[in-house]
Amino acid sequence: MRLIWVILRKDWAEVFKNRFVMFTVAFLPLILTLLPIIGLAVGGNETDMGDLEELGSAFNLEGLCAGVTDAECLQIFIVSQYMMLFMLIPLIIPITIASYSIVGEKTTRTLEPVLATPISTFQLLIGKALAAAIPAIVATWLGYFIFVIGISIVSAGPIVVERILAPEWLLAVFVLGPLLSVAAVSVAVMVSSRANDPRVAEQLSMLLLLPLMGLFIAQVAGLVLVDAKLILWFALALVVIDAGLLGFATQLFERETILTRWK
Amino acid sequence: MKSVIETKDLTKKFGELTAVERLSISVKPGEVFGFLGPNGAGKTTTIRMLCALIKPTQGSARVAGYTLGSEDDKIRRNVGILTESPGLYDRLSAERNLDFFAQLYSIEDVAGKVAQYLKMLGLWDRRHEAVGTFSKGMRQKLAIARALLHEPDVLFLDEPTSGLDPEAARLVHDFLEGLKREGRTIFITTHNLDEADRLCDRIAVFNRELLALDTPSALKLQLYGRAVVFHLTQPGEQFVERVTAFSFVESAEASENRILVRLDDPEVQNPALVRALVEAGAEIQFVGEIRKSLEDVYLQLLTNENETLST
Ligand SMILES: Nc1ncnc2c1ncn2[C@@H]1O[C@H](COP(=O)(O)OP(=O)(O)OP(=O)(O)O)[C@@H](O)[C@H]1O
Ligand SMILES: [Mg+2]
Repeated sequence: MRLIWVILRKDWAEVFKNRFVMFTVAFLPLILTLLPIIGLAVGGNETDMGDLEELGSAFNLEGLCAGVTDAECLQIFIVSQYMMLFMLIPLIIPITIASYSIVGEKTTRTLEPVLATPISTFQLLIGKALAAAIPAIVATWLGYFIFVIGISIVSAGPIVVERILAPEWLLAVFVLGPLLSVAAVSVAVMVSSRANDPRVAEQLSMLLLLPLMGLFIAQVAGLVLVDAKLILWFALALVVIDAGLLGFATQLFERETILTRWK
Repeated sequence: MKSVIETKDLTKKFGELTAVERLSISVKPGEVFGFLGPNGAGKTTTIRMLCALIKPTQGSARVAGYTLGSEDDKIRRNVGILTESPGLYDRLSAERNLDFFAQLYSIEDVAGKVAQYLKMLGLWDRRHEAVGTFSKGMRQKLAIARALLHEPDVLFLDEPTSGLDPEAARLVHDFLEGLKREGRTIFITTHNLDEADRLCDRIAVFNRELLALDTPSALKLQLYGRAVVFHLTQPGEQFVERVTAFSFVESAEASENRILVRLDDPEVQNPALVRALVEAGAEIQFVGEIRKSLEDVYLQLLTNENETLST
């Protein structure tokens, strides 16, 4: 346990000296959090009936807007679109950190002396994984916290805030988020074992965003309704996927494999 | 005394390629053991096996009193390794680099140990600077210190002076001399034969398999015997027969005003030779011993190997 903490602290000390990593970790959540707040503050209060009717016919807003004013309905609609974008945070941050911390150590050949110490490769892997996942989860939760406060300030009515505190949001932020970050770390470990440039590793791992973006587009297009049930299924699937990915990553993370096959 | 490193038929294959073949050596406590071989000989592979970083394909070894394979964790605790590339974290300070490893080895007084080595290396004043700004020699010394933090029984050094300028190499040599005086067991690979000659108690010449193993002076003797050269005022040719008449002379050849004589014990045999030459009318200017460098021996060993391979 203590050794994991030692790895974690070292990784943070090192990787956060990199401006690009710092930028991703600090600014991405900030932008994704502030965008919907600003969006609502600027445009979300106009009740342009024409727009809403158009939306209504396209998206079947009845389910979403039963018993609320039109202004609130529009805001609920806008805000709900952002949930999937929010899920980018726990995916992108771990990929960035892990790519830099693993490929970085590979190119500078710093892993060999570490592997020569009594630390087990599993402890090392967990240390590196946590070093990547914890900032992502913290950033996601912190972002959500700011998001809730911001929305409650600019919203048309309390019902909008209630909606972003609904089970599907809580599930997404507190369950899906960590699960996504575990998947992101595992994929980044796998890709990093092959890549020789942290940027390449990062970009390759980002392919993991595609399913999420697909879901986002389907949601915007009105093809799927992202509700608590869907998120729960999604989370369940992720548990299985995470277990598989972690298994793979652990296998790649063997002393001999790292030294002889990570080229 | 028990040996600190003992290998038996240690073999490592990478697929078809055999990097190390049936290596059997034994290194005594306090010994500085040189491991010499050309590029690709399998030196790094051997060190990695002995540090429990990669698994041997065949054979067995005991390192620092523990069995490779079943007590790897204990081996890692009791050996220090300077890897082929120093592998320091450039963005972190010298202090942070050492601190990280001291913690990984779970040593007791982390801060004290780190301070001790930083002071010993003359890096105390620069301890907060990023290692990336250090010279190659400083980095190498820092990497050696890192390998020593947990006071290992055996120290493995993979090419400690490669890529260093003579001055930086000197820094490292002095450091190693100090460690040698402290009585540490050191296993060192190098391409620098003078370094091996000066530093090592015994030398293994190795190219996938062990070619020779002995003290530097014995190695030189074994391959070349000893030789004496006589400088005369007149051509040496006329005295060769007189010299070869002695049964202890292995060979004698003249070139211009010199005669080169191979024999096994010049301290005892030279006076008789000198007397005989003077009696035969030779006017001797100098008598000197021919010293072979370890480099000659090394190259000869590798040539011998190539010849046996091609026949
Ligand atoms: N991971 C690996 N996979 C395949 N072959 C390898 C691997 N590591 C080393 N080899 C091969 O094993 C042989 C020995 O390599 P090794 O690095 O041990 O040599 P070395 O004596 O340290 O050489 P150098 O003086 O260049 O450092 C070489 O032919 C090398 O190509
Ligand atoms: Mg080598």
